[in-house]
Amino acid sequence: MSLPLYALQQLINALSIGSLYALMAVGLAMVFGILRLINFAHGDMMMVAAYIAAFSLLAGIPLPLALAMMVIGTVLVTLVMERVAYRPIRTAPQVAALLTSFAVGQILENSALLASRFARKPEQIAFPGIDFLRGVVTIGAVTIPKVNVVSLALGIILLILLSLFVTRTTLGLSMRAAAEDLQAAQLMGIDTNRVIVTAFVIGAILASVAGLLYAVQAGTINPIMGFSPVLKAFIAAVIGGFGSISGAIVGGFALGLLEVLLTAIPGLGDILPAATTSPGVISFFKTYLPSSLTSYRDAFVFVILILLLLVRPGGILGTTDRDNTR
Amino acid sequence: MLQVEGIDVYYNKSQALQSVSLTVNDGELVTLIGSNGAGKSTTLRTISGLLRPKQGSITYNGQRVEALPPHEIVKLGIVHCPEGRRLFGHLTVTENLRLGAVSQHDRALNERTRGEVFDLFPRLKERANQSASTLSGGEQQMLAIGRALMAQPKLLLLDEPSLGLAPLLVESVFAIIRRIKARGVTILLVEQNAFQALEVADRGYVMETGRIILADSASALRANPQVEQAYLGGAV
Repeated sequence: MSLPLYALQQLINALSIGSLYALMAVGLAMVFGILRLINFAHGDMMMVAAYIAAFSLLAGIPLPLALAMMVIGTVLVTLVMERVAYRPIRTAPQVAALLTSFAVGQILENSALLASRFARKPEQIAFPGIDFLRGVVTIGAVTIPKVNVVSLALGIILLILLSLFVTRTTLGLSMRAAAEDLQAAQLMGIDTNRVIVTAFVIGAILASVAGLLYAVQAGTINPIMGFSPVLKAFIAAVIGGFGSISGAIVGGFALGLLEVLLTAIPGLGDILPAATTSPGVISFFKTYLPSSLTSYRDAFVFVILILLLLVRPGGILGTTDRDNTR
Repeated sequence: MLQVEGIDVYYNKSQALQSVSLTVNDGELVTLIGSNGAGKSTTLRTISGLLRPKQGSITYNGQRVEALPPHEIVKLGIVHCPEGRRLFGHLTVTENLRLGAVSQHDRALNERTRGEVFDLFPRLKERANQSASTLSGGEQQMLAIGRALMAQPKLLLLDEPSLGLAPLLVESVFAIIRRIKARGVTILLVEQNAFQALEVADRGYVMETGRIILADSASALRANPQVEQAYLGGAV
């Protein structure tokens, strides 16, 4: 494969994984912005969505209905979680809320496990194929899995809808106001419960879409499938500037690009055209950046994250102004 | 219109208000003066529902309101313009005003009120699409007052509207307060600038360490040697 095509393919991969991170990071950031709560159970919303979709499809429920059940089910689980677990401890110290989010995650993961047992299914379930996400898209000489293209397109559409919501509607503006100054928002007549529930619900809808796309890409689902994505989403949100929605989007795509870059560069030695590249360059890549380095990708991501935070503690879009992170 | 009766308010374990009682009648401008930490802002925050009294009651037009959440209290017409302005700095002037009217669902009325606010503060109209954080201190105070007016207050709680402003701007803030009163809005004003506050007020209360120690007409308080000594700098 030629270098420009390789680059294009990797770019689309990067944007597609980035849009999944962005969808997840936005959910984390919205809730954090208002409640100062890092909701680590957010990843489990992906898992819940994937399980609902898988079980409904395996039970023979038609796709549109299964997808509707997935979104509605995930939203309902989120509403219960907010009401039962997070609302009672809203005024408690932040660490209590953080621990609660881990507990909620455990409960959801174990529920998924139990559900699998009852359905006499293994812990790791093959995700049923969805026809319109199967196969590849071919543009000239570039082939890209269809699901990646759909992820990217769907991610962008949802993020545009979200930006319209938070800039044009009164409820969206109320959410941003509450994130900036919760008490002042209350004095305007904004019902705190309403904006908090809205943030959770939007987060759940985005997570359910991300969960579906992630499950299709991975091919299998398991109770802890949400752990790695929520960690990545957290990193994305921190990179972008925690608590801001635009920051989470920028951070998600930046993380996607970074990961793919770190995967693509070590493999370069294998695909550089031997005829036009000097042997020195090829052997440099093969010696110092062999494709086996790819398995250290996450370690490099974290190193870069630490370096970034040393230079810009508030993230890419964040400021060092304490007031703005409040 | 508003009766506060014997409220005790605590921040965690420390008592901030001790049996505070005050009355505001329809159409009045009542001021609450006293030194820093006397409990003036705490009193306003309790009336607007941000804090709950442990003891005592707050009655507004015959209705008990001390247990209502802030957004319900705003709907009743008690609007609190907080100390330090507390604008949404990332949002524009127009968006801040729009949020001020969150409790109001009559679009035509909101549109009209926004026009009135822009008439009252022409500078805000010029800066309608700027984010609030880029405004000067005086403009921010105007926006904070304008935002409160958007909620159609019947009783306006104004907390330190002149704080941190240059003397000329302080004058114009008090001129605005007079104009708001002239429109029939009842006002409870907290001020560290006791001299100016007693100039515009009908009646006043003096607070000290979480208690009300004096209550009288504004003119009588101005003439009171104790008040003059402590809060007017002996300058009157």
